[in-house]
Amino acid sequence: MHAWINRSIKEHQAAFAAGEYTSRELTSAFLKRIEEKEPSVGAYLTVDAEGALREADASDARRRLGVPLGPLDGIPYALKDTFCTVGLRTTCASRMLEHYVPPYDAEAVSRLRRAGAVLLGKLNLDEFAMGSSTEHSALGNTRNPYNSDCVAGGSSGGSAAAVAAGECVFSLGTDTGGSIRQPAAFCGVMGLKPTYGAISRYGVIALASSLDCVGILSRCAEDGEIVLSVLAGKDEKDATSRAYLPSSIPSRPLRVALVADFLRDGMIAEEIRALLLESAERFRKKGAQVGEISLPSPMRALAAYSVLTAAEAASELGRYDGIRYGFAGAGEDLENRYVSSRGESFGREVKRRILFGTYVMTGSRREEIYNQARRVRGDVKASMEKILTEYDLILAPATPTVAFAAGAQRSPAEMYCSDLCTVCGSLAGLPSLSVPMGKNMEGLPMAVQLTAAPFSESLLYHATALLEVSHESSGI
Amino acid sequence: MNHPEYEAVIGLEVHAELRTASKIFCSCKTEFGAAPNTQCCPICMGLPGSLPRLNRYAVELAIRAGLALECEIAPRSKFDRKQYFYPDLPKAYQISQNKYPLCRNGRLQIRTAKGVRQIRITRIHMEEDAGKLIHSPDGTRIDYNRSGVGLIEIVSAPDLRSGEEASAYLRALRGILVTAGVSDCRMQEGSMRCDINLSLRRRGEEALGARTEIKNVNSFAFAEKAIQCEILRQSELLARGERVESETRRFDEALGCTVRMRKKESAADYRFLAEPNLPVLCISQEDLLPIRAAMPELPEERRARLCKDYGIAEADAVILTSEPALADYFEASAEHCTDAVKLSHFLLGELLRYCRSDPFRSPVSALRLAELVALWCEERINGTTAKRLLARLVEADFSPEAVAAQENLMQIRDRESLCAMIRAVLADSPKAVEDYRKGKLAALRALQGRLMAVSGGRADPMLGERILLEMLSEEDDEKERACE
Repeated sequence: MHAWINRSIKEHQAAFAAGEYTSRELTSAFLKRIEEKEPSVGAYLTVDAEGALREADASDARRRLGVPLGPLDGIPYALKDTFCTVGLRTTCASRMLEHYVPPYDAEAVSRLRRAGAVLLGKLNLDEFAMGSSTEHSALGNTRNPYNSDCVAGGSSGGSAAAVAAGECVFSLGTDTGGSIRQPAAFCGVMGLKPTYGAISRYGVIALASSLDCVGILSRCAEDGEIVLSVLAGKDEKDATSRAYLPSSIPSRPLRVALVADFLRDGMIAEEIRALLLESAERFRKKGAQVGEISLPSPMRALAAYSVLTAAEAASELGRYDGIRYGFAGAGEDLENRYVSSRGESFGREVKRRILFGTYVMTGSRREEIYNQARRVRGDVKASMEKILTEYDLILAPATPTVAFAAGAQRSPAEMYCSDLCTVCGSLAGLPSLSVPMGKNMEGLPMAVQLTAAPFSESLLYHATALLEVSHESSGI
Repeated sequence: MNHPEYEAVIGLEVHAELRTASKIFCSCKTEFGAAPNTQCCPICMGLPGSLPRLNRYAVELAIRAGLALECEIAPRSKFDRKQYFYPDLPKAYQISQNKYPLCRNGRLQIRTAKGVRQIRITRIHMEEDAGKLIHSPDGTRIDYNRSGVGLIEIVSAPDLRSGEEASAYLRALRGILVTAGVSDCRMQEGSMRCDINLSLRRRGEEALGARTEIKNVNSFAFAEKAIQCEILRQSELLARGERVESETRRFDEALGCTVRMRKKESAADYRFLAEPNLPVLCISQEDLLPIRAAMPELPEERRARLCKDYGIAEADAVILTSEPALADYFEASAEHCTDAVKLSHFLLGELLRYCRSDPFRSPVSALRLAELVALWCEERINGTTAKRLLARLVEADFSPEAVAAQENLMQIRDRESLCAMIRAVLADSPKAVEDYRKGKLAALRALQGRLMAVSGGRADPMLGERILLEMLSEEDDEKERACE
């Protein structure tokens, strides 16, 4: 039975078609796997076994009637707990929303439901997606499936760990500045942050709306492409979503830009540096032209990213006042109710960002800091676009190191540095893929990151073949 | 009332609710008076994960307002979050337009007793309304039905100088917005609200004094009153050598004066953030063409046309066009009536007394009014009868001509009948005849009164007087002949 869970989506569909196993049997296998792995992984905040089996039965019934819904019908998956699910609690890993049950589904969830996919449950994250280790969750403790002393990364740590541990076929996460790509790298799975606007954000609880992207964590490129094809496209409910017009893969040799900044001493771990050079070599061997580029002032980009996300996050989180839903604190007057509702339910990292975000928006600092950050963002976007007129792909590390130890004392500044590799793609709204490239000496996954022009997700997945990423290289 | 030494500088910020069936960022209904919290959804309740989606018709209405007020329509305008905490604001920010509003640099013509003036419109921007707190002894409840209803805020330059001008501005603005179909502007339902910014300065000075803001004034009369009170209050302060504090005040209807709400020493910081969920609003010249083409005739154009086409007085035309429904009614009625001037007098002087509804709605159909006025114009009934019949038409519909005939209300205009009546009057009133002979003109009036009494108010007064004078002089002739 365990052999089933390592299979790809197409293999599952073939097995369904051949009558080898049903969606109910596959779903049951995953539920059993979840039971086995959760004590050491802790990816899930909520498992909806009953709902999953009901959806699996419906899928099996459709198949018996000869009317399956498509490539995801009957395929078990899970969601980062920022996706609203009707009737199923959606917590953002926060005390504030611990018991919050949304009255509506996120658009991405609706699309997966319409495609017949089977929802197993909701996955852990850093509270309100603020963090890069999933240690800032108020509701659960997620560990790296390859080494439970290490973190899974974050903020989509549960999403990455669940796929890596074989607790679902694929998962959805959100990526604001690396929140899919970094945990995917730490857990050794494919992590796609699509083009900004490619997948509707409607019903996905926001961190920073101008940067947030819904993305896909999968065991292989092929699975990722299938899920993307179901999710991508214009949604009238999200004014920033766009019609999905995939760009074609060039027939000429690919032009790959290696980001030279990371090759300098001390920027990234030696083993990642070696992997990066090895990846460039593999591209060359496959006939690609590899050149070197410099990122447009990565430290300024990082600062701008920190300011913009904090400013937007502080704005998004204003609505949690304990009046209509969520945690309601006591207090004899309005101000005290605000203070107790927010003070008692938000974690330290969330409060820190609210304070920072409010600080940069207040008085003259709005012009000095917030507006400056917006200008830097514009510069970064222009520079990245210029690079992509000369190159098809940008090759960079997905993370500066492999997964770090749980509980490691890292300063907030160090935490932001783990976003260093990923924020330029986010600020520019470009599609970016974290590609698992095997393990280091300690058996921890390592990854590189590919970034391309808008709507070039197919090219990103296609390029993984050139990097000789095999199906077996991901998953335990 | 105005202190001679000082001049008032007044700017108005008017919020008008856009006349859309659904809210500005979701498809919830906007009907007034629904049960609390029955017109809400995840979007206007600001539930986690919900996103706004701009109502295109709201944009069209806002553009219509801009065109009607001769504004420039921005090819690119942007939405921002105006952030503050209050329970009626479910997202803790209001989506509004801060730096890049949809419309700029317009103007509005106002008319007062002092003449015609152009008032500059600084900007018009789009935004969403908040919910409503309902306070009661057992606590405060919140109704979010109004949350997310589309508004425009129309900001005037500080060009107004008196309460009378402000009131004229508000009336003219309402006429335009209602005519252009932008808003119902029902002040009592809160679909038009006004904030007043007011400061005083010495006459002849350019610099502005410290200003106060009077929030949420909800009638034209209150606006005028609030301004008069505030000018008086500030001028008294200045006359005593005291300072005017920058502060927010409100007009207390019961006290009839403005009272302080809060001091403004630290101006509210709304931490405006570019709304990331709404793209830049792009309006091309082509987008404007159909909207421009569909613009109805505006009050100023209509006023000029009514004067020209119907020959009515400008003052009457101003009143008629202040309310599109009233002007429509006048024109519908005028179609069936030969004397539009008399019609407008009768409409404004008599009928309007029976029309208390807002917007204007007449209890008498346009055709009936025309029929009634026609009877009067043709002198088949006199003015008194016309007013009496109007009072009855307000209660029930009937043909004025038929009823006037049936109930013998038509003027008595045939000579025979009038002569008979006058003979009887003269015979019964020898004293009055005597007095008249002695040169007492008042006696003639008494005789005329007798004639009206005898005729039951139906005698044609002009013809009656003529016959009366004839018969009095005939009697003189007879007497003279008898003496000879």
